Amino acid sequence: MNKKIGVYLCHCGGNISDYVDVEKVRKSIENEEGVFLAKTTMFACGDANQKEMVDDIKKNELDGVVVASCSPKLHLMTFRAVTERADLNKYHYVHANIREQASWAHSDDKAGATEKAIHIVKSAIAKVRLAESLNPFKIPSKKAVAIIGGGVAGMRAAIELSNMGCPVTLIEREHFIGGRVAQWDVLFTTNETGKELVTKLYNDLVKRDNITLFTGAEVISNKGCIGDFKLKIKIAPRYINEQCNQGNLQKAINACPVDVPDEFNFNITNRKAIYHNFPSEYPQYPVIDIKHCTRCGECEKICESVDFNQKEEIIEIQVGSVLMATGFDSYTPADGEFGYNRFDNVITLPQFKRIIELSDKKLIFKGKEVKNIAYIYCVGSRQIEGENKYCSRYCCTSAIYSAIQTKKIFDNIYNYHFTRGIRTYGKQEVLYGESLKDGDIYLQSYENDPPVVFREHDKTIVKINDILTAKREMSVEADLVVLVTGMVPRADNSVASLFKIPKGRDKFFNEIHMKLRPVETVIDGITICGACQGPKNIMESVNSALSAAAKSFSYVSKGELELEPIIAQIDKDLCTWCGACIEACPFDAIKMEKQDTKDIAVINNSVCKGCGMCLPVCPTDAINLIAYSNSEIESMIDALAG
Amino acid sequence: MAGMNIKSAKILVFSTEKISDPAIDMAGLLKLYYPPTVYTISIPCSSGVKSRWILHAFEKGFDGVFIAADGSDCPYGESCTEKTGKIVSRTHELMKQKNIEPARLRMAAICSVCSESFVKQMKSLNEYLLKNSII
Repeated sequence: MNKKIGVYLCHCGGNISDYVDVEKVRKSIENEEGVFLAKTTMFACGDANQKEMVDDIKKNELDGVVVASCSPKLHLMTFRAVTERADLNKYHYVHANIREQASWAHSDDKAGATEKAIHIVKSAIAKVRLAESLNPFKIPSKKAVAIIGGGVAGMRAAIELSNMGCPVTLIEREHFIGGRVAQWDVLFTTNETGKELVTKLYNDLVKRDNITLFTGAEVISNKGCIGDFKLKIKIAPRYINEQCNQGNLQKAINACPVDVPDEFNFNITNRKAIYHNFPSEYPQYPVIDIKHCTRCGECEKICESVDFNQKEEIIEIQVGSVLMATGFDSYTPADGEFGYNRFDNVITLPQFKRIIELSDKKLIFKGKEVKNIAYIYCVGSRQIEGENKYCSRYCCTSAIYSAIQTKKIFDNIYNYHFTRGIRTYGKQEVLYGESLKDGDIYLQSYENDPPVVFREHDKTIVKINDILTAKREMSVEADLVVLVTGMVPRADNSVASLFKIPKGRDKFFNEIHMKLRPVETVIDGITICGACQGPKNIMESVNSALSAAAKSFSYVSKGELELEPIIAQIDKDLCTWCGACIEACPFDAIKMEKQDTKDIAVINNSVCKGCGMCLPVCPTDAINLIAYSNSEIESMIDALAG
Repeated sequence: MAGMNIKSAKILVFSTEKISDPAIDMAGLLKLYYPPTVYTISIPCSSGVKSRWILHAFEKGFDGVFIAADGSDCPYGESCTEKTGKIVSRTHELMKQKNIEPARLRMAAICSVCSESFVKQMKSLNEYLLKNSII
């Protein structure tokens, strides 16, 4: 039994101590059996505290350590590493979660949260008293990564993993890769176009032997775990042969009678059921949208490359890690929200950007030349009511950049910005300055008094009580109203359900810790990057993609992973051999062996996964799981009940 | 409101490290309040809970025990739900023998994102234990 235990109680800034009386917890546990020292600390994970812990362990020859702080998902490894640096076996460390399961869960009841924290820490002390030195096991990890999502983040992550020598399977649900960036024209800050950026990445991607790209592909099942994910991928056919006659193909497209809204252009134009990619999308190889195709046969008559006999394919791959880069959807305003879908000259920012690209010389919308443009900011972001309470980060910059571009490209443009305060952070602030110098007009309102859009004498008017001029009522007669819409999570996020990736309050994927573990999820082996995690601009998406690539690679690079040495153990004296444990074990890790005069069950240590399924079925209670023995669990129960 | 000193039942939750622990953590992150007398012991898999641990908890004064089962998400295999169910049935029998109301032990599948479901289960069990004068 360990008798020199060090206990460290973390304030976590105020995350814990705002609701849990940390000093009261310390006083309540300092005289527990075996506790040698009990300290509070502002940030247990901070370098200074870690160093102090190492010194304490060495100087006092501590044989057990407890840190009461955040979830073990975040810092279990951190503090195990601390004990290792102090030459103490890392399994002599026990983590107590008093943030997610006490201070945050019960911030409505400080006394209750404090009382719970005291019990949680006592329970951890009870466990560490019985802790024994252990050595981790090793399992093989498949050196391959699957990336889901072929936008800029997914492509950049694929190239980075390829550079590291890691085989990559890049899976894109659409028939073309490039994602949202393919839809944008000129981009701040480099003035490159989306097409240039995507082309650069695609050309790099396709020349690499260790990247396999599937388009029109969806993951339909996931089995296994870190080191050994088995994914089933459904690949939809394009119904067009690769080596097609472009001339006949164009004729076939012209002959197609189907007309459907083109999602690439955010439904401001239509396309046929048989269609070609936009120049910024890859592979440059057409497709038939079978959902909308009426099978009239017109295209088949004209183009010999049309092949309706192509079949859906299902393939299986095995990878050690999965990187999610599934991107975002643009917020679609509700009918009537600032006149959307009610007045025909009210559009969203993504639609506006496509209109700029599709226009030539004059900015024309629905046959009319546009001069006065009103931009209404924070539509679908920073909402007081509803789900999207967050700032979408990219939209202020994007709207202002579009406004500047519009003035550069077209004559006689007047921009009026109806804002709730501009957030062009970092280098993007220069754009705001440029726009002001250009003569753009900025008006501002509070969230509870937004601008209104209405029709008067066949004109569309935007009116605001401008707080920059002491709430003076201002109105603009707008030829075009652009709703500056933000990012929202993908409407179809079914792939996330397959991997059970947790989502945050904003419904984007949730990382373990925003600052310290920003691309890892609580699902071991699954990383996230780009805007599926929350609103990001291209630079931020690529940063996170590189980070996620490095993290995913760390899971597979060695070809093996260290696992907890948690396995079942048989008490030979108690075992009377009944075979119940063999039936319960899903891994065939138990066999019968004759020892001395009787048959007993024996665990194959290299096969046992430590699930514990054999424990409850043993009629003589002869099986215990390392680190979860009867004495450990029951001593924890005693501490919690006390 | 727990802050108004309304007594709540003492509940022990056997939760699993990979599946239900993240859901319980997220319930805290999302501030989905539940009684502060709910305590968690983490284990690898819900089908590894021993009846004696549950009975020990009741003997030591817990009003209710809840097994946050892995369900179909169990990383160790598809038989988890069935096996956890058998543990509960077996323990219910043992509880009857010891004159402990079997309804004080419950199980439900709690996946890694089932925070709301977890909180609902806790509130429901707490309500049951209070209503039936278990505490």
